Amino acid sequence: MNRVLRLIRRRAISSIPVLLIVVVLTFLLLESASGDAVDAYLLSIGGGDATVAQALRQAYGLDQSMFARLWLYASSLARLDLGWSVAFGRPVFDLILERLPNTLLLMGSATVLSFGLGSTLGIVAGAKPESLGDRALSTVSLVLYAIPSFWLGLVLSIIFAVQLRWLPTSGIETIASDKTGLARVTDIAWHLVLPVSALTLIYMALFLRVMRAGMAEAWTMDFVLFARSKGLSRTRIVLRHVARNALLPLVTMLGLQSAAMLGGSVVIESIFAIPGFGRLAQEAVSGRDAPLLMGIIVVSAVLVIGVNLVIDIIYAALDPRIGASEPRA
Amino acid sequence: MKFIRNLIRTPEGTVGLCILAILALIAILAPVLSPGDPLHIAGRALLPPFSDPSFPLGTDRLGRDVMAGIIHGTRTSLLVGIAAALAAITIGLCVGLTAGFAGGLIDEALMRLVDAFQIVPGFLLALAFVSVVGASVPIVVLAIALGAWPNPARLTRVQVLSIKERDYVASARVIGMHPVEIALKEILPNALPPVLALSAIIVAAAILTEAALSFLGLGDPNTVTWGSMIAEGRNILRSSPFLSVFPGIALVITVVGVYLFSEGLTKALAGRRI
Repeated sequence: MNRVLRLIRRRAISSIPVLLIVVVLTFLLLESASGDAVDAYLLSIGGGDATVAQALRQAYGLDQSMFARLWLYASSLARLDLGWSVAFGRPVFDLILERLPNTLLLMGSATVLSFGLGSTLGIVAGAKPESLGDRALSTVSLVLYAIPSFWLGLVLSIIFAVQLRWLPTSGIETIASDKTGLARVTDIAWHLVLPVSALTLIYMALFLRVMRAGMAEAWTMDFVLFARSKGLSRTRIVLRHVARNALLPLVTMLGLQSAAMLGGSVVIESIFAIPGFGRLAQEAVSGRDAPLLMGIIVVSAVLVIGVNLVIDIIYAALDPRIGASEPRA
Repeated sequence: MKFIRNLIRTPEGTVGLCILAILALIAILAPVLSPGDPLHIAGRALLPPFSDPSFPLGTDRLGRDVMAGIIHGTRTSLLVGIAAALAAITIGLCVGLTAGFAGGLIDEALMRLVDAFQIVPGFLLALAFVSVVGASVPIVVLAIALGAWPNPARLTRVQVLSIKERDYVASARVIGMHPVEIALKEILPNALPPVLALSAIIVAAAILTEAALSFLGLGDPNTVTWGSMIAEGRNILRSSPFLSVFPGIALVITVVGVYLFSEGLTKALAGRRI
């Protein structure tokens, strides 16, 4: 346990400079935009005179120097204050907190399903490398992984929502249905079938490929040869020795994938009109809402760090060699 | 030459190379295959596909030729994909080489920078970058490269760290070669192959990112892209789904081609005979 605590502490300390870099670079990027949130706001309400703009800029602190504002931002960030969204007229932190559960639900279900399916099919494919089944699975997964998620989402909704009318086309739940309890849960699950399937099919292909590659490599290892010479049954070798060793890279993949998934939530939530984190990012872009976009990027960085920390802990639990005092990889 | 023979010997490499060669031909010959601006109105609006021989894939809401859009879209996709991967690999090589070769504080600082770029979702970064700077082809290329360079940078650094300790580098140092010369002449060429093997995957990811960006309306508005065609067709998905389906199929074929090529490349580089 001590080992894990030490790991958490070390990771937390090393994340601070990285997060600072993210904050400063994002701030500088959004700073270089021509026109600020006040311009965008005035445009959206049909214009305003210079004194109104001046007053608004003063209210939002936009009249101060860049470094003063960067300092102000970083210090309020330390108090978990992400600033004020101009487009929504609400605190950025509240907005993100409100949207995040939908995205976590969507991504969480897709991850669990794709990890389960992908690793299982990967074991099937990797149990007999270069066999017919392996080739078929490898080919299918190659094609699946080449499909852009937003297009797969569209095609699935053309087939199952528009043509067959089996599933709802968009939204996270039926609007103004006043459903509660179990009825609401089923309603949400029903709405999530299509987006989760689209994501699952694509991520499953990735996990399958990584698992299969890991297994193909494990087959060439000495301990597998040893297990075979001991006369262990093939099933036992596949499951206990080969698959088990191929599982670790898959867990690493999961951590690397978390950033890609958050980025991918933008398009999939746009296709299915799910009010989540990714859609918020798109709304921030179209509303020229720099504080909101900034908050979204910072929160996504924190989320990715968090996911990777959890994965490190799982890793440390799986492999006792990790965490004691190893140098940075 | 031997390398290309190895590449063709793998079935993946052959198929991938064929797909990419055909796509490259279409991209290069686009002005010949379908003369004129693909964004111009060419005929009656919403012609269904396979009904009029002059518009084999039909027309969209404004009467633009879908076939012309797909042909010219090949150009954008390949151009953006390859340019973004080139940019990402160039940045990655520079950063990785500097970090690995210099070591110490510079290495530490550069690797924190790599970490920072790796934990921010690349697509969000691209979204923010394009929305701030404005959508045009070079900006989209840069935006995609911004999220793609950390991987080659890490790989280059690891390569450099291992090559740095080899005898021929030590002897180059002994004969008094300038460190920059050692880095560029002795280390870089040997660190390159594994990074290049990664390049095909980066091209594929870049093509998909470009499609997603232009799907969200953040592509160059003056160029036809498959992503923007899919987005355009989405408005009338119920009546004419083919408008979104065709450019998507083109995208999938392209990315499959790149993946197959990359698998062949990896196998050829590993020197394995299949």
